[in-house]
Parts: sequence; structure tokens; C-alpha cells
Amino acid sequence: MAKLSHEKIEKNSILLLVLILVVVSIGGLVEIVPLFWMKSSIEKVEGMRPYTPLELMGRDIYIREGCYVCHSQMIRSLRSEVDRYGHYSLAAESMYDHPFQWGSKRTGPDLARVGGKYSDEWHRLHLADPRSVVPESVMPGYPFLAETPLDARHIRERLEADRAVGVPYSEEMIAHADEDLRAQLAPGGDTDGLIARYGDKVQVRDFDGNPKMVSELDALIAYLQMLGTLVDTKSFKANEQDNDR
Amino acid sequence: MYHQMVHFAGTWGLGLLALLFGIAVIYALWPANREKFRRMAALPLEDEEEPISDKEARP
Amino acid sequence: MTMNEATPRTQGLNASAMGVIAAFVAGAFWSLYTAIHAYDAPMRFHALLFTAFFVIGIAQVAAFRPPADRSQYNVKIVKYGVVASVFWGIAAFLVGVLIAFQLAFPALNFDTSFLNFGRLRPLHTSAAIFAFGGNVLIATSFWVVQRTSRARLAGEIAPWFVFWGYNLFIVIAGTGYLMGVTQSKEYAEPEWYADLWLTIVWVVYLLVFLGTLARRREPHIYVANWFYLAFIVTIAMLHLGNNVALPVSLFSSKSVIAYAGAQDALIQWWYGHNAVGFFLTAGFLGIMYYFVPKRAERPVYSYRLSIIHFWALIFLYIWAGPHHLHYTALPMWAQTLGATFSVMLWMPSWGGMLNGLLTLKGAWDKLRTDPVIRMLVVSVAFYGMSTFEGPVMSMHWVNGLSHYTDWTIGHVHSGALGWVGFVSFGALYCLAPWVFRRKQLYSLVLVEWHFWIATLGILLYITAMWVSGIMQGLMWRSYDALGFLEYSFAETVVRMHPYYVIRATGGVLFLIGALIMAWNIYMTARGRVRSGEPEVLAAPAGMAI
Repeated sequence: MAKLSHEKIEKNSILLLVLILVVVSIGGLVEIVPLFWMKSSIEKVEGMRPYTPLELMGRDIYIREGCYVCHSQMIRSLRSEVDRYGHYSLAAESMYDHPFQWGSKRTGPDLARVGGKYSDEWHRLHLADPRSVVPESVMPGYPFLAETPLDARHIRERLEADRAVGVPYSEEMIAHADEDLRAQLAPGGDTDGLIARYGDKVQVRDFDGNPKMVSELDALIAYLQMLGTLVDTKSFKANEQDNDR
Repeated sequence: MYHQMVHFAGTWGLGLLALLFGIAVIYALWPANREKFRRMAALPLEDEEEPISDKEARP
Repeated sequence: MTMNEATPRTQGLNASAMGVIAAFVAGAFWSLYTAIHAYDAPMRFHALLFTAFFVIGIAQVAAFRPPADRSQYNVKIVKYGVVASVFWGIAAFLVGVLIAFQLAFPALNFDTSFLNFGRLRPLHTSAAIFAFGGNVLIATSFWVVQRTSRARLAGEIAPWFVFWGYNLFIVIAGTGYLMGVTQSKEYAEPEWYADLWLTIVWVVYLLVFLGTLARRREPHIYVANWFYLAFIVTIAMLHLGNNVALPVSLFSSKSVIAYAGAQDALIQWWYGHNAVGFFLTAGFLGIMYYFVPKRAERPVYSYRLSIIHFWALIFLYIWAGPHHLHYTALPMWAQTLGATFSVMLWMPSWGGMLNGLLTLKGAWDKLRTDPVIRMLVVSVAFYGMSTFEGPVMSMHWVNGLSHYTDWTIGHVHSGALGWVGFVSFGALYCLAPWVFRRKQLYSLVLVEWHFWIATLGILLYITAMWVSGIMQGLMWRSYDALGFLEYSFAETVVRMHPYYVIRATGGVLFLIGALIMAWNIYMTARGRVRSGEPEVLAAPAGMAI
């Protein structure tokens, strides 16, 4: 008797739990699930390619240092933003970003199209001591990047992980990850393989200005210099129906 | 597919939520529950220093 | 007579202790193996931390003797929770003050890797939300669920596993940030292994909570427990949904998130906004619905309203996430849906605020005489203020200005310092004499000081951020007569400086308040009463005046 009523009470809290779960699931499902079928975020736009091994390592350093805390990579479709930073960001431009780096705060400027805006030399000075080139800046200095060798021992596994979640790295790209990483830093060397795999727009040079070492600074500048340069936004038709924005 | 999902979300999804919320409101306003809620409102004031022992709760 | 009863219970405990020890032994071997083969130094360090945890855990569980009298409430676990909350609160505020000064004086980054703003900011947010807020929630929920169920907390080892396991997660996450281990998903920065560990801890937390509810006598579950349950369940769902990741290797601290780009952004802010909704709102509303009536010695103003408040809140909150992504590459329909629900959310939020405030009906004089109830009531007022500001900021035309600026930071802190901070301080001041079994707090005069210093700090903080945020937003979009942008980005940064100094000063005041609280609670634990304390105020709310 008493046992029976007790069981009923126990079920009450489970019932409450289930009701809560139903209520809080619906909102998420309704908003999130359709996105996985949305063309503009899953269909390739002309020019999009996976990051080269060097750029990917640079991106991991960008994440490690928490750059996203102060820099967005999402130009909103507002006139003042487009005038300041360039064409508004397209969903397809971050389709290979695991995770996304849109950010939420601009203590510093947006970086979605920072690639090519400044010279490598400027980035080297700026990252080591931001106030040497921008006196008003409140950015921390990162002088240790130039002195730290890039740890790319596990670059293949890193690419494989990205491939497993949907980035189209080919067998060849993974097999040649090591040499592609080095080839991007050696302008005089053999870059045919790198260009065959990642396209002729890949920027090849010694980014940190120190040919003796493959540094973290090499990788980070390589990443910054390619940001926003892949898609030719002039040829992009924003009002095509499938883009839904 | 994408547009179907969006449509489904905007109609049935929202409708289901409205229905569930209606049930919650009816529960809150149901007259038979009034006495229970009056008691529950004062529950924090009545908790004693001792729990009701397992012996009482579970024979 | 009691033999029949005691024997199976002790045996049950022995069996579960054996099970825990077996699991810990396996964990110790696994983590040691991982430490040996680790790809990177952070992974090695964290694996060794896990090993230490498991080894100490084995010794502790083996030596564990449950209290002889298990007909009493489990107060000790709440006591530990109170101490941990005070400790992490101070840590969180301290790091917050440091990074606030870093923005005003960048030399304070010291050109190092582990002390730069990018690594310390997640440390601050996680310490405030998860270390301070989380420990407050676990401690208060363990207190409230026992008291309102009139039953001892379920399990003997399990609650301790939740407490120590959760705090291990905090240490793993925090030291990880300093070493650069992060997923870069805001408020979900801990890497895959910390996420997995938190999942285990959280499931045990849910089971302890449900098990205690199952022991209750009253068929109806008290509404504070609804809020706690919604907090626990929804955070579990959000955590699992947002953190789906593939480690580069089982020996690597690095993982990649399963989602990409726009999908990842939406899932992140579905998580991020509901971490606010269910961690920082629902959980702390559970605190409000117990501690406000308790301290005011008045029943909840309207229990019906509390039920409607509950369902309306959880119905609406979960939809609001996309308002973090206005004018971005997220489809417009999702943005509009997010904004609409955010505006609707204003209603249940204010319903809950009124229910909290009106619970003082007939006891308004306590606002004047009892600084603890004043702290609780002002927290509810801040809740009302930030839940009004939030819907306003979620509308496209306001968000276009406010997004990416300090206004958002100000908004978050009116909620975090005013609502979450003050309601937690109020609950801790209530709990301190109860868990240390003292007649009264060391000093209500010191609570008075804490209240005023912290309130001044909050006001400095949020007004500075309003001014700097709106100013920066306006400068970014300002055009000159020729149709060119009027200000360079760097020009806007210069103008922030005085406000960053004011903000940091506000943070210092808030920190000082918390240090006063720590002293007060420490002296309470020692059983001291400050001389000259007004006698009549000193009766703790646990006992009738």
C-alpha cells in the first residue's frame, strides 16, 4: 500500500523531468535542425578550400591565445561595417571552421577580411609589441610566438580529425601534410604539390622573416594573411534565393 | 526540405508549445489545487530541524 | 531492533563503495597511461591531476564511514559548498579585476602567454559562472531539496563525488585556460576530457537530486525544486549538444567540434544564451523561491504565479539564442524568432520578479532592519532590470548598435553582479550560521558594509559600460559630411580608457565586499559574534524570531 503510493510519487519527479526535457528540446530542435539542410551553409562557394596545414596550425594558435575574445570574424550586413571591414561575411566562408570564430565582442577590430590588409612585417611588429605600430592599442603583446618552434608533430592526425567531422581533406593532403607545411614557408623550394592540392592562391613565403625556424608566428601570420581572401565577393550574388538572408 | 522544416517549425512546433503552456496554466489555476498551493507557499517556513525519518516514511 | 534495518543499508553502502573504488582504480590506471603517452604538456599535467584525484579518492572512499545517525539532514556537504563558493567567488572577482585593469593598462599583460587577456578572460567567466555560481547552486540545491522534501540527501558517497568531482572539473578547466587549452566556444571552453568528466559528475548530481525528491513525504514537489531540476536537466542537454567534439587523439588535449560555421554558431548561442537562462536564471530562481520567503518569514506571494512563471520561463528561454547573431550569416527567420521570443521573455521574467518582491508584503520594514533580506531583494530588483534590458537589446535596431560593444558586458554584469552575485551572497549569509550551527552571523553590520560597497561597485561598473558601449557603437557607425567613416577603430579605443578605469574601480569595490563577506563567514564559523551587534536582528532566519 505505502509502497505503491511511494512509487507513484517517484514517478512524479520523473514526469516533471520528462516534461521539462520536452519543453526545452522543442525550441532548440526547431531552430537548429533546419540549418543542417540550408544550402548557403553547406554548399561550396567558388574559392572555398580547406586550410593548408600551416594555416590550420596558425588557427589553432589563434584559438589557444583566445584571440576570439576580442576580435570578431563576422562582418554584419550593416553599411558602416561593410564600409569599415569589407563585404559582409557569408555563411559559406566559415563552412570549414570547427569551431566557428565569429566572436561576440570587438575590443579590437573585426578580422574576417584582415588577410592582405597589412604586410607580414607589420604583423611581426604588431604581434610582438602592438603599441609599436598602433600607439592607441590595448592588445597584449605576444613576443613569445616568434621564439617558440611550431609543434606540428601531429599534423596528420589533426587533419584527419577535421576530415572526420566533414572537412574535405583528401588522402593525398593528409599524406603530404608535413611537406606542405614546410613548402608554404620556402618560396624557393618545391611548391608544386602544395599548389596542386590547395590552389594557386596559396600564399607561399617565410612569414616570420626567420628562415632558421618554423615558429608559431609563421603559422599565425599565415592564417591571418589568408583570412577573407578565399572567396571573390565581387562575383557573389547575394540575392540568390537559396541564400535566405 | 529546408523550407518544409522551417514551415513545420513555424506552425506545428509553435502550436504544440502553446498547447503545453495552456495545460500548465490550467493546472496552476485549477480550483482543486488551491488548498495545496496555499500549503506549498508556506513550505519553506515550516521545514523543521529534523527530516521525517525513513521509519515513518517507509515502513 | 535496528539491526535488521541497519545491516542491509550498511551492506548496500559497502557494495557501492566497492563499485566506486573499482571505477577509481580503473580511472587511475587510465589517467596514468594517458600521462605517459600524452601528446602535449597540458594533457600530461591534467592526466596526472586525474590520477591524483583517483588515488586520493580511493583512500577516501575506503576510509569512508557514513554518519551513525542517518535520520539527520546531510549538512556537512552544504558546509563544504559554502566554503567553496566563497573561495571561488573571490578568485573569480580577483581575476575579473585583473583583466579589467589589463584593458585599461595593457602593460599588465606582462607579454606572457599564461597571463594575457585572451587566456584570463575565459578563466574569469568560468570562475564566476561555474566555480562560484556552480558551487552556490550545488550547495543551495542540496540544502533546499532536503529541507523541502523533509528527507536526508540520497546517497552517502555520491554527494561527495558530486562536490569533489565538480571542483576537479573547475581546476582542470581553469588550469587548462592558463595553458591555452580551450575549445574557444564561449562559456564552454573546457576541452573534451573535461567535458566528459563533467558529464559523469552531472549525471550523479541529477541522480542524487532525484533520489532525494523520491524520498519526500509531500506528494507535490516544491517549486524551488522545479527550478533546480530544470537547471540540472537542461544544462545536461545543452552541455551534451554543444560539446560534440572529436579529439585529435585520446592523448591530445586538442579536439575539433563536430559542427562547422553557421551551424556551430547557432548551436553555440543556443547553448550560451541558455547557460544564462538555465544556469544563471532558473537555478538562482530556485534560490529565490526558498531563501526569500525563508528570510522574510512570509509565504511565497503567489504560488500559482510561481508555476506559471516556471513554465513560461522555460518555454520561452530556449528560443532566445539567435539574438546573439543578428545581421550575421544566420538566416533571417531564425534571427526574428530569437528576437520575438526574447521580447516575450520579458513577461515571465517580471512575473517572477514581482513574485519575489511581493513575498515581502507585510514585512517591508525588514528591508530597513535586515541587510541580508535587503541583499536578496535588491538582487531580485537587478534581475528585473537586466531582464528588461535584455529584450530591448535583442531587438534588431538596438542590437545593431549594442552588439560587439561594452554595453553587452555591462548588461551581463548587471545580471551577474546584481542578480546572481547578490542572491548568492544573501543565501550564503543565511546558510553560514545554519551549516556551522551557530546562533547568528558574526556581524550584520559587516553585511551592511558589504551591501553598500558592492552596490556602489555595481553602479560604477554598469554605468561606465553603458556610456562606453553606446559611445563606441555610435562612433563605429558615424559618418562625416563627405560620407566617409568618421573615426578609425583606434580612435574609439582611446576613448574607452577612462571608462575602463571606472569599471575596474567598480570591480575592486565588488571584490572588497566579497572579502568582507569571507571574513564575516570565517568568524561565524569560529562561533564569534562581533561586539556591539544589535541583538534583535541577530536571530538567524532558520529559527523564528
